[in-house]
Amino acid sequence: MQTGLEDQLGLYQKRIPIFTRSVKGRFRRFKTSVLVLAYAIYFLLPWLPWSRLDAPAQAVLFDLPGRRFLIFGLTVYPQDVIWLALLLFIAAILLFFVTGLVGRAFCGYFCFQTLWTDFFIWIEHAIQGERPARVRLYRQPWNREKVLKIGSTHALWLLVSFWTGLTFVAYFSYAPQLVVAFFTGQAAAAAYITVSILALSTYAAAGLMREQICTYVCPYGRFQSVMYEPETLAVHYDARRGEAAHGRAAARAGQRTLAERRDKGLGDCVDCGLCVQVCPVGIDIRDGLQYKCISCGLCIDACNTIMDSFSFPRGLIRYDSEKNLAAATPAAPRVQWKRLKTIGYGAALILMSAYLVYSIGTRGSFDRTVNQIRQPLYVVLSNGDIRNRYQIRITNKAAQEQTYQISARGIPANALDLGNFREITVKPGHSGLVQASVRLAPAQAARTQRFELIITPQGKAAEARSEAVRFDSPGKRP
Amino acid sequence: MSEQKLQSQTVQTTGHAWDGDLQEYNNPLPVWWVYTFYATVIFALIYWAIYPSWPIGKDWIGGLSKITYVNSAGETRTHSWNTRALLLKDLNQAAAEQKPYFDKVSAMSYEQIAKDPEMNGFILSAGKALFADNCAPCHQAGGQGVVAFFPNLTDDDWLYGGSFDKIHETLMGGRRGYMPAFSEVLAGEQIDQLANYVAKLSGIGHDATKAAAGDALFHSETAACFYCHGGDGKGRKDIGAPNLSDNIWLWANVPETDAAGGKVAAIRNVIANGLNKGVMPAWAGRLSPEQIKVLTVYVHELGGGQ
Repeated sequence: MQTGLEDQLGLYQKRIPIFTRSVKGRFRRFKTSVLVLAYAIYFLLPWLPWSRLDAPAQAVLFDLPGRRFLIFGLTVYPQDVIWLALLLFIAAILLFFVTGLVGRAFCGYFCFQTLWTDFFIWIEHAIQGERPARVRLYRQPWNREKVLKIGSTHALWLLVSFWTGLTFVAYFSYAPQLVVAFFTGQAAAAAYITVSILALSTYAAAGLMREQICTYVCPYGRFQSVMYEPETLAVHYDARRGEAAHGRAAARAGQRTLAERRDKGLGDCVDCGLCVQVCPVGIDIRDGLQYKCISCGLCIDACNTIMDSFSFPRGLIRYDSEKNLAAATPAAPRVQWKRLKTIGYGAALILMSAYLVYSIGTRGSFDRTVNQIRQPLYVVLSNGDIRNRYQIRITNKAAQEQTYQISARGIPANALDLGNFREITVKPGHSGLVQASVRLAPAQAARTQRFELIITPQGKAAEARSEAVRFDSPGKRP
Repeated sequence: MSEQKLQSQTVQTTGHAWDGDLQEYNNPLPVWWVYTFYATVIFALIYWAIYPSWPIGKDWIGGLSKITYVNSAGETRTHSWNTRALLLKDLNQAAAEQKPYFDKVSAMSYEQIAKDPEMNGFILSAGKALFADNCAPCHQAGGQGVVAFFPNLTDDDWLYGGSFDKIHETLMGGRRGYMPAFSEVLAGEQIDQLANYVAKLSGIGHDATKAAAGDALFHSETAACFYCHGGDGKGRKDIGAPNLSDNIWLWANVPETDAAGGKVAAIRNVIANGLNKGVMPAWAGRLSPEQIKVLTVYVHELGGGQ
């Protein structure tokens, strides 16, 4: 009896190793500049000094124990979580906006998985040589040369991964101190754990797993493809031009010039396979747009190089839209933004960015919350007066100690009672609590629905902020 | 494009056909997935070695990881890692962090505490927690009390006095509010007259004739109300007799009664039946002196104090 298992093809699929060939061109240059810029920022920023009165002199420091983020001249407190929400919203909308216009640009040029993989491939290339040399090394048995080359590649990868992890941790602690403490065994356990996890995951993701992260693990790659529209620019192979009537063919004698190839009905693709060899995810773009493509543009560079060498026109593989490729007479590819979705995303992007800039630009030097005490909402006093109580919390966001005065508008001058604290002094980054009670005669209470509490930093009348609050009394129930 | 692709590549099958033409595709799992599975197995083994894992009869494998903690008897113990010890450790740590504040509380006078902004913040948060744990069942979360049951601590009327010392005395020793039932010594008509007089004292609707009779009765030796509530009806703080002339109602539920007649009836009811339920327990011995001091300042601040 047949069980179906006799001719087993294997339960698991081994990864087919990818040895990418290096390539020169516009997109390679762009990728390299993004890489250099991103690495410069990521690895150097924690070392940038910035003088501060009450905190370590580090330009960007996420001070978790102090519950604050220090970003150049800006101090962000947990109360400013709206900025984080805005930032995330802007990032999401930017991703949608860009993807609608030019496809998976994030994946191809900016994603850290792409950047680190690119750098790891560069290391591999520097030690083991160009693609044929690497393939040969892969196939040859383990000898001294192979052990040395593969070993040093992995050692360098681990070193870069380690420094990547350490740099990340340096954003959360004063970097010069942290690095010394780390190597003398004095750093916190959290630092060692975080660095190990990040170093190992960087090594695994950029060194060992590479395109499998994009293919199997990453959700963005998958959901970015659903944001493609027929007008979206993406890396495409012009099959009509490349295949013509009788398909692609090598540039042998008799079919080397464009004219000869036209006569024989051959396409412009000389089937050199360079576009496959340079692809970091190991696909053949000539099979069409596919989910594995991270749209890095390296196949465009490769194809253009070949087209140039044959004096064929460039752009057999190019950024184009599906709509344009399918058109009877394709126009020159261009970014098409005049669509409702794109304009909507663009508008949301501008609006939210403007709001974020406005919100940061006009931030006050202090934060305040005024809570009416609701248990009870009001108290009837012995002479019939009505009293409401409020809890005022003032958070000092300035760099120095500050005294705040509290006053009221919309109620008689003597109605506000602040107990023992006519004013309150708060240390930078700290909060102070004040209990205020407001006492109104019954007739006045019945007329008063709302009034304003005004908090004025001493000596800075212009920064005074008011907060409208309710006044409750027996006659009016909420 | 996709059609071309389908034609150009054949999909692997498991190699068996059921019912003539029914075949099963073989799309193998990527091998890194399997490695991830092995990694989780290794993780589990390490986890078992470090943390408590397998039960053996009434005992269990404790694991290599140890936790040192101080138990409630003050003894330092080391045990295999467990969350109960972790909780004890955290509680001890929290108590140690609070200790400097409580030390300050016991060193400072009430006035100093009330005027120090930092201590004021501590009283507001620590006092709130203590109040919620111990006082709120009767006096309610905000200290507003319940009319006819538990006094309101947020108003400006203090039965026994609103100074720090008096509040402290109340907390330490407790209180017992008592009023005899007058239905045993007075006629129903007389009680009605008294109720109208008390209504008049507070400025709410009443029968003027009855109130005038009640006035005489109030100050007479027959009813003798003035012994406790004072000749002017303003009460006596030394024995906790309430002020009858203000707008604050402790026992008779006047604020919640709408009709003027209902309000007088509520007062009448209290006079007739008296009171024997105003019991506040003593907290000395149940709470530490520092905790009582924190509560004293907290309660003082609730009603504004005196």
